[in-house]
Amino acid sequence: MEGGRPVSKANETDAVSKANETDAVSKANEAGVVSEVMAQGEARSDAQQMNMIQAINSALDVMMDRDPDVVVMGEDVGYFGGVFRATAGLQQKYGKNRVFDTPITECGIIGVAVGMGAYGLRPVPEIQFADYIYPALDQLVSEAARLRYRSAGEFISPMTVRSPFGGGIFGGQTHSQSPEGIFTHVSGVKTVIPSTPYDAKGLLIAAIEDNDPTIFFEPKRIYNGPFDGHYDTPAKSWAGHAEAQVPQGYYRIPLGKARTARAGEALTILCYGTMVHVVENTVAAMGIDAEIIDLRTLVPLDIEAIEASVRKTGRCLIVHEATRTSGFGAELLAQVQERCFYHLEAPIERVTGFDTPYPHSLEWAYFPGPVRIREAITKIMKD
Amino acid sequence: MSDPIGSVEGQAGRNLPPLKLHVPEPPARPGEAADFTHFDIPAAGAQPRPDEAAQPADMRDMAYGLVRVLDDDGQAVGPWDPRLPAETLLKMLRYMALTRAFDARMFRAQRQGKTSFYMKSTGEEAVSIGAAMALSRDDMCFPSYRQQGILIARDWSLVDMMNQIYSNKGDRMKGRQLPIMYSAREAGFFSISGNLTTQYPQAVGWAMASAAKGDTRIAATWCGEGSTAEGDFHSACTFASVYRAPVIMNVVNNQWAISSFSGFAGAEATTFAARAVGYGIAGLRVDGNDVLAVYAATRWAADRARANAGPTLIEHFTYRVEGHSTSDDPSAYRSAEESSQWPLGDPVARLKQHCIALGIWDEDRHAAMDKELAEHVRDAAREAEKNGILGHGLHHPMESMFEDVFEKMPWHLEEQKQQMLDEWKAAGL
Repeated sequence: MEGGRPVSKANETDAVSKANETDAVSKANEAGVVSEVMAQGEARSDAQQMNMIQAINSALDVMMDRDPDVVVMGEDVGYFGGVFRATAGLQQKYGKNRVFDTPITECGIIGVAVGMGAYGLRPVPEIQFADYIYPALDQLVSEAARLRYRSAGEFISPMTVRSPFGGGIFGGQTHSQSPEGIFTHVSGVKTVIPSTPYDAKGLLIAAIEDNDPTIFFEPKRIYNGPFDGHYDTPAKSWAGHAEAQVPQGYYRIPLGKARTARAGEALTILCYGTMVHVVENTVAAMGIDAEIIDLRTLVPLDIEAIEASVRKTGRCLIVHEATRTSGFGAELLAQVQERCFYHLEAPIERVTGFDTPYPHSLEWAYFPGPVRIREAITKIMKD
Repeated sequence: MSDPIGSVEGQAGRNLPPLKLHVPEPPARPGEAADFTHFDIPAAGAQPRPDEAAQPADMRDMAYGLVRVLDDDGQAVGPWDPRLPAETLLKMLRYMALTRAFDARMFRAQRQGKTSFYMKSTGEEAVSIGAAMALSRDDMCFPSYRQQGILIARDWSLVDMMNQIYSNKGDRMKGRQLPIMYSAREAGFFSISGNLTTQYPQAVGWAMASAAKGDTRIAATWCGEGSTAEGDFHSACTFASVYRAPVIMNVVNNQWAISSFSGFAGAEATTFAARAVGYGIAGLRVDGNDVLAVYAATRWAADRARANAGPTLIEHFTYRVEGHSTSDDPSAYRSAEESSQWPLGDPVARLKQHCIALGIWDEDRHAAMDKELAEHVRDAAREAEKNGILGHGLHHPMESMFEDVFEKMPWHLEEQKQQMLDEWKAAGL
C-alpha cells in the first residue's frame, strides 16, 4: 500500500503489541520505508495535534537541532517568524547566524543559498510566495539544479526551497499561482508537495536531508485546515483530523513515495496538495469507490503506485490547480497512457486550473472545485 | 472621442521639445583611429592608500581614481607599492607568461579542430595572477570564464585543464561543460557557469557561511563590466553590504562585452567601482594591467575582509586584446588599432620592464623562459591528447550522461538510459 503511512495507522491504537510492531516494521521494510517507521516507533508517543504550519515549523526545529549546518533564510523569516509564521521562534532558539531575514531579492536569496551549499551548509531558503520565485529561476535552474552535474559531484546544492503556493485565499494573480510544472520540467531538481501536517513534516525533513536541491511547495489554502472545495461553507481546522496527529520528534517520509489517501476500485484519481482534500470530499459526496493517490513527490514520481492503481481500476482522473497546458497533469497523462493503455476502459481526464492568470473576483470559477471534479468523474464512469 | 493624452496629436501645441533616446556609441569603429582621449589616467603613485578598515563613506574618491604602482619607466611608486621580494615578482612574471603560453596553445588547438571553443585572457593576465597571489591558497574563488590565471597561479595541473578543454576521457567533468568551464574544488576554484554573474551572489553566500561559522577563509569573485548589469550583481552587492560579508567582488572592465562596448553597461555615466558607493561598500578602481596594483588592491581588500571590516568591490581597468572567444571576430565591430594603442600597456611587458629595472631579470632570461614555458605547455598538451580530443571517441561512456543529475539515479533516468542503450544496440551500434 502507500509509503509508510499504513504503519502509523496500525499503530494508532494504544495497545499495539510488540509482535504487531515488528510485523509492521518488516512490512514497511519491504516497502523500503524503514527509516520512517523506526522513527515513528520512537516518536509515536509524543504525537500531538498540529496544523500544517506548526508541522513545518516543527520539521525545521527538529532539523536545526539535529544538524548545525541547517540554516533558514528569507524575507521576514527571522525576528518576525515569517508572514505565515512557519519560522516562528526559530531565530530566538538558534540565533541570527542560522535564521535570518534577507533583502527582497529572490535571485539573491537562492544565489546566496547556492554559495552556502557549496561551503557545506544545508540552506532552507523561504520564498515568501511561489509567485515570487521567478526572479530566482536562473539561480535555481542553471545553478542549483545543475551544479552537481556540471562539476561531476565536486560541488552540490543541498538546499530545500520552501514556498507557499496555490490559490483559494483571494490572493489574486500574484499570490495564488501553482508553478510546480516549471520545476518538474527542470533536470536536477526534486519537487515535493505535502497535503497533510503529518506529511509536511516528514517530507520536509526528508527534503532537508536530501543532497539534491528540492522545491517544497506548501499548499497555503490548507495551512490551517483541510479544504473540501466548498468555499462558501465555514473553514475547517485540522483539529480531529487523523493526519494532523504529528510526532514532535524526528521522522521522515521518503521522497518519491506516493500515499494512497483512499483505496478504491472504481477509478484512480491522481492529485496532490490542496486538491487531495477537494477530491476526497467530492468522492465521498458522490459515494463512488475511487482510489485517491496523493503523489506527495512529483519528481521523482512514484510511478509504481500510479501504474498499479490504474491497472487495477482501468480509469484515471488527474486533478491539479495549476494551469492546464504543459502542466504536470500532461506528464501524468502521458505516463499512464504509455504504461496502462491496454488496461484503460475510458479516456484519461484532467481537471485543472484554466490557462488564464488566477482571477481575483472569479477565484471560485477558476479553482478546479467539486463541480468540475464531479463532472469529470461522471464522464469517465459513463464509458 | 478617443482620449488624446498619450497620443502624439494630444501633445500638439504644448511647445515641448521632442524627447530623445540616447543609444551609446563607442569612440571608434572598424577603420577608424583608436580614441582613448576620454580616459583620465592619473600618474602612478598618485592615489592615496586608505586604511584597510576605512569607512566606505571616507574613501569614495577611490572609486573614481585609478590605483597605479608601476610607472612608465618600470618603477614601483607610491603608497600602494606592495614591496614584493624579487622571488615573488619573478614567480608572478612566470605565471603570467605561462597563462599567455597556455592560451596560445589552446587557441591553436581549437583552430586545429581539437576542441569546440576557447577563450584567451591576453592582456588580462595581471587581473587573475595578481589577485590569486594576494589571496590565501584556501580562499574560495568564484571566477568568471576568463580567470584561468587563478588555476595557473595556484599551480593546478595544465593537463587537467586541457582534459577539460578537450572534453576527453580524462576530463573530471566527464565532458559535460563547454571548454574552459573548469571546476577545481581542491584549488578553491568554483565550477564556472556559462550564465553570467550567477557566481556573484554565490560567492557572497559562501563568504556569509564562512563568517557565520567563524571560519577565517574569505571568498572572491569576478565578472565582466558588461554583466554588472545583471540582477545577480546587484543582489550580491546588497547582500554583501547588508551582512558585511568577507568577500572581494572584482569587475574586470576589459571595455568589451563581445561586441558591446562598456557604455552599454553604464560606463559613459560613471565608473564600475562607483557601483560600490551606492551600496555603501569599499570601492577601488585599479589599473588592471599593473599586476602590482592588482596585487596591492586585492591584499588590501583581503585584509579588510579578514578584519571583519566588510566587502570590497574592485574595478580592474584593462583591455580585452583578443576576441571574446574563438567564435568572435572583433575586427567586425571595433578599431583594429585599439589593442596596440591601449594606454595602460601590456601587463607582462610592464612587469618584465620592472624586473629588468630592478636588475633581477633581463631580456635573455625572459626569452629563455618563454621558450621553456612553450615547451612545458606543448608537453602538457601531448599528455592530455593521449586522453583524446573532442569528437574523436575518447570520451566518457554514453551512459555517464545520466550520472550526477541527482545523487542517486531515479527510475526515470534509469529507464531513459536503458532505452538509449537498447536503441543503439538494436541499431547495431
